[in-house]
Amino acid sequence: METYYNPEDLEKFASIGEEAPELWKKFSAWYGAVFAEGALSEREKALIALAVAHAVQCPYCIDAYTQACLEKGSNAAQMTEAVHVAAAIKGGAALVHGVQMKNTAAKAGM
Amino acid sequence: MATGQNHLNRFDRSLVSSELFPLVASGIEVFQVNMGMRCNQACRHCHVEAGPSRPEVMGPETLDACLELVKRERFPVVDITGGAPEMNPGYRRFVEGCASTGAKVKTRTNLTILLEEGYGSLPSFWAENRIEVIASFPYYLEDVFDRQRGRGSFAGSIEALKMLNASGYGALDGLVLNLVYNPCGAFLPPKQKAIEADFRRELERRHNLRFTNLFTLTNMPVGRFLDFLRSSGNLDRYMERLQKSYNPAAAANVMCRNTLSVGWDGGLYDCDFNQMLGLRCDHGSPDDIRRFNAAALGERRIVTGAHCFGCTAGAGSSCTGSVAGC
Repeated sequence: METYYNPEDLEKFASIGEEAPELWKKFSAWYGAVFAEGALSEREKALIALAVAHAVQCPYCIDAYTQACLEKGSNAAQMTEAVHVAAAIKGGAALVHGVQMKNTAAKAGM
Repeated sequence: MATGQNHLNRFDRSLVSSELFPLVASGIEVFQVNMGMRCNQACRHCHVEAGPSRPEVMGPETLDACLELVKRERFPVVDITGGAPEMNPGYRRFVEGCASTGAKVKTRTNLTILLEEGYGSLPSFWAENRIEVIASFPYYLEDVFDRQRGRGSFAGSIEALKMLNASGYGALDGLVLNLVYNPCGAFLPPKQKAIEADFRRELERRHNLRFTNLFTLTNMPVGRFLDFLRSSGNLDRYMERLQKSYNPAAAANVMCRNTLSVGWDGGLYDCDFNQMLGLRCDHGSPDDIRRFNAAALGERRIVTGAHCFGCTAGAGSSCTGSVAGC
């Protein structure tokens, strides 16, 4: 069955550079630098990426950063907590907009 | 690909690209003896496919031939493996004989064997002979550990580590107790130093246990782990991951270049993985201990295959952990 998302497409990511090689080159260099060991460890960065992947609901990123987290030494409990952080921010972001709802309702009401 | 390389396997073509072809031994520093495939465990990842019912155990004649070579050739390191090598009836005699030559003797253990009847005195035996213990201990969490090595194996291994600590193993300046981590699944191991710090912290905090170093090993696409890769649909992706992670620095330092592996029947191999694949030393080198020739074997050409990518991926993998920075 055809789907919009194919796991094989993850391996074709670099093909996006075919029509704009210079931009791809710059993106790749920057991307690599972002995930290199720095003030944060590679493991911490992979966990952040995993959380963000869930927040933006990118199946390619979830696939890639689940693998990356495992290979940086994270375990299932740590990865699950990272996903909860993403879910809490997503849920909290929705809920905090309820204040706008309340403000609007209060203004409209008598 | 350059013309003329079509006859080479994919791993050899990677060696060509990093100017390491052909891979040749640089002497025999480590004499690795596989004393047999019998084991009290039957782990899901085991490349040996070892287990309690395996009949392949090194007999006394082959054991004597190995010991004779250790005495004559003065290998700096003797590395004893299996199966559970302790289950070989000649194990203690062989260990003592090797230790008496002054060689550094390493014994690989699955830990739980120490809880079996008749094996409880091994820690003191090892300590008396100053043997380096290399223990399989894939993770510090019970559920992950038991998924790979079988229900109850974590609790047994913790008990065995306590016995080793009590015998002086693992303490600072004490006898050497190295642990071996390997991934519980189809992924590469993390950086050795990073995961070692986790193990040290968690084993100390949770169980008051000490060890010397942690080695990270990549699971080889051989034996039961290969079966798992196939049955779980992970084989193609895992092999691709290994091949894409080919690291020339790791390839230059692969363990087969200074190791000679002896099988339970006296067959000679470049490594324990080739042994399990039935790939004996070749390219004109002797392939049986009864035809041992130090000069020929010390500069033999290594027999390679797709599984070799397991030793050259990322930071590399060997029987003593990563080989290209950690």
